[in-house]
Amino acid sequence: MLIRHTRPSDVKPSEITPRAVFADRRRFLATAAVAGATAVLSPLLAGPAVAGRKLDGITKSPFSTDEELTDYKSVTTYNNFYEFGAGKDDPVENSADFEPRPWTVAVEGEVAKPGVYDLDDLIRPHALEERIYRMRCVEAWSMVIPWVGVPLGDVIKRLEPTSKARFVAFDTLYDPKRMPGQQRAILDWPYREGLRMDEAMHPLTILAVGLYGEELPNQNGAPIRLVVPWKYGFKGIKSIVRISFQEAMPPTSWNIATPHEYGFYANVNPNVDHPRWSQARERRIGEFFKRETLMFNGYGEEVAHLYTGMDLAKFY
Amino acid sequence: MTPEQRLRWIVKPLVFVLCLMPLAWLAWRAVTGDLGANPIEATNRFLGDWALRFLLITLTVTPATRLTGQAVFMRFRRMLGLFAFAYAVLHVSSYVGLDQFFAWAEIWADIVKRTYITVGMATLLMLIPLAATSTKGMIKRLGAARWKALHRLVYPAAIGAVVHFYMMVKADVREPLIYAGVLAVLLGYRVVAAWRRGAKPARRTV
Repeated sequence: MLIRHTRPSDVKPSEITPRAVFADRRRFLATAAVAGATAVLSPLLAGPAVAGRKLDGITKSPFSTDEELTDYKSVTTYNNFYEFGAGKDDPVENSADFEPRPWTVAVEGEVAKPGVYDLDDLIRPHALEERIYRMRCVEAWSMVIPWVGVPLGDVIKRLEPTSKARFVAFDTLYDPKRMPGQQRAILDWPYREGLRMDEAMHPLTILAVGLYGEELPNQNGAPIRLVVPWKYGFKGIKSIVRISFQEAMPPTSWNIATPHEYGFYANVNPNVDHPRWSQARERRIGEFFKRETLMFNGYGEEVAHLYTGMDLAKFY
Repeated sequence: MTPEQRLRWIVKPLVFVLCLMPLAWLAWRAVTGDLGANPIEATNRFLGDWALRFLLITLTVTPATRLTGQAVFMRFRRMLGLFAFAYAVLHVSSYVGLDQFFAWAEIWADIVKRTYITVGMATLLMLIPLAATSTKGMIKRLGAARWKALHRLVYPAAIGAVVHFYMMVKADVREPLIYAGVLAVLLGYRVVAAWRRGAKPARRTV
């Protein structure tokens, strides 16, 4: 249940420690620990690296979960972003020099207002919201991430898609010089994703431009990425440069790579296994015991109706 | 100090300690919290990597001996093989005890349903008799010919280990392909050597 009735025991979003504060605290602890001649230092105490630019005017959202957040360091050092390498720690290492500004997004296809939009022109007309979502990776691990973004539906309405627009397609930047992972054909670049129009218009679906109250770090898909919390993480295409409205279902990268393992819908579903592993349980990063995976990643109440009558084992 | 004494009291213990280094490194990283956001996955992968590496290192001993004529290499084969086994056991233990936390039903389902885990478990099963018969006493009991025949299981085991790795990778198969390449050279050497000796079957030792 996402539309919450606040209980006195709830951690209010306003009580979440701002990152600067806890970063400082950690730095202090690290110094104290060194001073205390502690030889064995936890990296948790060592403090995260660079802080991104703070985003202002973020409003809270009733769609946020009150589950415990995955720590900033894990969110920003354990990433799948093959454009910067296939290892989990490759993106943070190889994206350090990536410059996500200036940035434009091409809007194309069945839409009344096509064009090449500056990122700010695309996002700024809308109020930034914090959306604390569960993120379930297809690899059976999960996180809770405080995204900052705007509802994709609001952006789409402003762009005025035509009646022919049944799907929205997204492309990641293709620039092997800036994205060294693209120098090898691990995937058929550029990375492509897509949503059915009703999925794209759903209020849970957002275009994220930040996390933890700051601009999106490069390794998390700077400067703009998709977040669809009831779908596996790979649907959340990063560093978007093209949004295209079309009548036909767009091809998607992982489906092109291994069609029997990754479908177009990629809804989180504990009852439909990946051919190589079970999807029934997941490891929440930071926890030892696995959790049961929830249907639609726990967002069934909001989104199950989108798939009424569909065989989800067939349309995985 | 005779060369034999030097080998027994200095070189062998040194190699033994070297073989323990990956484990020490893993322990250090675990204690200092350097295993990243998913330490269980990191531990499991690390142990699997080293099990495979030690298998390949073990398979290098015979060609190295033959190519250099230095019989002394053979003195390390058992130790290296047992380290391969030890890392493989630790790798599987980390899967059973850390990753799945003894959820036997899930583990069994994995073994039956997930081909790469089936292959991995079969690989471990093949290594068990090799470790169990690694003592001088067992060689005597089995007789050299039967012992040798049994220990050829290391070839399918090594192939199984590489296939297991290859099958679990999502997209970037470069790393498992490197291991596959090394294994191909090591097995290829044996095929060529056996073929060359084809006329003299009495001397066939692989």
